[in-house]
Amino acid sequence: MTNTQANHPFSTSRRLALATSALIFFLNACSRHDDQPVSVERIVVPEVRYVDGRPDPTILTEKQILRKGNGSQPQTLDPHKAEGVPSSNILRDLFEGLTGEDRNGNVIPAGAESWEISDDGLHYTFHIRRHARWSDGSPVTAADFEYGFKRSLDPATGSKYTKILSPIKNAEAVAAGTLPLDALGVKATGEHTLEIELQTPAPYFLGLLNHSSTYPMHRASVEKWGDAVAKPGHLVSNGAYVLDEMVVQSHIKLVRNRHYWDNANTIIDEVWYYPIEDQSSELKRYRAGEIDYTHEVPNNQFKWIKKYLGDELVVNPWLGIYYYGFNLTKPPFKDNLPLRQALSMAVDRKILTEKVTQFGEQPAYAFVPPGVSAGSGLYTPQAPEWASWPREKQLAEARRLYEQAGYSKTNPLTVELRYNTSENHKKIAIAVAAMWKQALGVKTRLVNEEWKVFLSNRKQKQLTQVFRAGWISDYNDPMSFLELLHSQHGINDSGYNNPHYDALLARIAAEPDAEKRRQLMEQAERLMLADQPATPLYSYVVKRLIKPYVGGVGHNIMDHHYSKDWFILKHKRKTVWLDSQGREVPAPDAADHNKSENH
Amino acid sequence: MWQYILKRLLGAIPTLLVLITISFFLIRVAPGGPFDTEKSLPPEIQANLEKKYHLDEPLYQQYLRYLGNILRGDFGPSFQYKDFTVTELIAKGFPVSLTLGGLALLLAVIIGVSLGTVAAVRQNSWVDYALMSTAMTGISIPNFVVAPLLILFFAIYLNWLPAGGWNGGHWLYLILPVLALSLRYIAYIARLMRGSMIEVLRSDYIRTARAKGLSMPKVVLKHALKPALMPVVSYLGPAAAGIITGSVVIEKIFGVPGLGRYFVQGALNRDYTLVMGVVVFIGVLIVVFNLIVDILYAVLDPKIRLQGKG
Repeated sequence: MTNTQANHPFSTSRRLALATSALIFFLNACSRHDDQPVSVERIVVPEVRYVDGRPDPTILTEKQILRKGNGSQPQTLDPHKAEGVPSSNILRDLFEGLTGEDRNGNVIPAGAESWEISDDGLHYTFHIRRHARWSDGSPVTAADFEYGFKRSLDPATGSKYTKILSPIKNAEAVAAGTLPLDALGVKATGEHTLEIELQTPAPYFLGLLNHSSTYPMHRASVEKWGDAVAKPGHLVSNGAYVLDEMVVQSHIKLVRNRHYWDNANTIIDEVWYYPIEDQSSELKRYRAGEIDYTHEVPNNQFKWIKKYLGDELVVNPWLGIYYYGFNLTKPPFKDNLPLRQALSMAVDRKILTEKVTQFGEQPAYAFVPPGVSAGSGLYTPQAPEWASWPREKQLAEARRLYEQAGYSKTNPLTVELRYNTSENHKKIAIAVAAMWKQALGVKTRLVNEEWKVFLSNRKQKQLTQVFRAGWISDYNDPMSFLELLHSQHGINDSGYNNPHYDALLARIAAEPDAEKRRQLMEQAERLMLADQPATPLYSYVVKRLIKPYVGGVGHNIMDHHYSKDWFILKHKRKTVWLDSQGREVPAPDAADHNKSENH
Repeated sequence: MWQYILKRLLGAIPTLLVLITISFFLIRVAPGGPFDTEKSLPPEIQANLEKKYHLDEPLYQQYLRYLGNILRGDFGPSFQYKDFTVTELIAKGFPVSLTLGGLALLLAVIIGVSLGTVAAVRQNSWVDYALMSTAMTGISIPNFVVAPLLILFFAIYLNWLPAGGWNGGHWLYLILPVLALSLRYIAYIARLMRGSMIEVLRSDYIRTARAKGLSMPKVVLKHALKPALMPVVSYLGPAAAGIITGSVVIEKIFGVPGLGRYFVQGALNRDYTLVMGVVVFIGVLIVVFNLIVDILYAVLDPKIRLQGKG
């Protein structure tokens, strides 16, 4: 290192001295005992004040640039071909659907100014915003939305989200190519009127209309550029921002769409999305002040983050469930309910969330995570009765069921637990295997596989016994979880096939009354959980770091955010000292204090 | 000489063909396809996607189509990065990898050769021991350990350099990744250089030169350096191809948009065309680098004549 430092462009003598002192400090920090205070940099920001619904201009910095870590490189920014969280984050800034969301996730008018819904819940009339403009200045019309829906469902487009649009009349047949595009229940009946016919009432339908697969598309650009439409300079969008730069694996830069209807109320000028897959790299770039917002935080650094960046750590419930599925088509789980129940009961989910995942995930006994909306009010996840039992009782019952299933300490079950390769999944699998071993004497073999191999094995249902699964929903409705275990659903890798359950799901889909629908969903969830085709472990949380100077950030269970609602506050840096508990303490002595101010 | 180059390049064609054939079928043997996701696609959409990328054709037909396409220089569209063709991705990634790898290699050669020479001249002194034990450490510490430490120190504690990103190749963004990438090569080259330099310094003509009264620096620079470089040069061929086509680890840690990551990500995503494109590209590069090394050999060592044997 000494040699390379000599080549260093900064190595003036002063810098060298500084480097040496920093090195000493750095080494000190590495070997420091826990009880000595350490210095950290804190960011001081003014209190957020709103004037007429807008943040007071005196608290804002001049440069309104937002830099977000965004997971992996999006596959595409074509809204009808895109898939996954990273691309939908960006698309939410670029495009606007018929509806939008406020900071807390409530549905608000966006592309449509207003709408009417027929009494049977099957007919929607949207009034498209009159002053909405594409980023090239042309008006956004009802025809653009109609074109968007049709393009999204056109089998030639290859959208991965045709299924979630299935409440729309003929959507499934159109996506399958058995009916022409014109048969779709979406029609522009005027320049600013869009009519949508549904096949089945879907109370969550308005919330679905901010999903990227429903975005309008600028027809002329698609016709001009074809597959290359989603590139900077080609992509015409109707949201608050427009695509300016895209360097694969480096960054995606968005700038203000000057033609956006609410441009006057938008504050952030530029949004930079950085694809940073490696969570510890992302954390370092955050600490170095290069990004303002992380996509995630490294799971294994919970303690450190909590201690030194606790004020900037944001943890919120997320609409996702982590579970283990049982392969019901093969022994030992085929026709063996007591065994499935025994394994499920033997898992101490509290230990799992408190000691293994650590970031505030919630133990899950029901399949639908908490906080999901069901028409009016929240849905109540239907945890089985044993979930509330004391641990000893759960274990005793688990042992009884285990023996009922034909196993015992002397004749233990040998089972394979399969997961896709990842540190996090491994830790959980080890913990669960240990719990099974301790409570029942089960011998578990852990098998990890690369993602695509894992998926392929899961779907074939030949090799799998117990397998990891997780689901983060695309729309806020209990059905988005319940439908996963429908006998025909593509992700039902347990092979669960209960005609009563399928029939209940069909009734739910046809039920226009929100309250009755909720009851049916609760009934379905109880029915399915009694069969225990899968064992829920915990519900997901969003965990990320956000610099204190990023204002206007709201929280919602879908983790949907719109940069147009955010702003950057004036800020300055201050060095503070923290003790081992992360509490602020006075600087230990002047010499140390000076040192810390230097970096 | 030109005839030699031409012969070598023509001789590489069967090698490349074997490479293409094996990779083409191997990647398709791996379970899972490019469009397999957790949520199953409706069969009609799946069929459409496969048709669009000709994945519905029999394998031999796909293979022949692929060969025909690369003859025309068309690597096809990327399955994963749908907005780009493989050619575009390589065209954007390669200059980045070339800049990063080229600088790292240059740094490695300059520093490695100098250190190795100094150690050889001062053989068995404390300088030698210090340099060589440092070099040993350099070889054995993997760059996924060195890189985060460099970032922690220079970017977070000192705040002099960016912790990651590329920023169009701005020099500030280059320093840390170049350093992290080159440390290992510096160490390796220094050890190689030391060994061969010691051997050369023991040879008769060096003793003659010294006996004539030439100073040590002059002997080393004028007479010993060139022959002592031979092992380094032969190491450089494969090293250069490796370092210039990108380092997955360094690219991932520093967020550098180079070529290396496409290899791994392409394979993980079953992005057949991207993997094939990178394989073919790197294959060609290795052939070219080996050729350059052989030519350099002839330039450095008059005993070697380039003959059209390949």
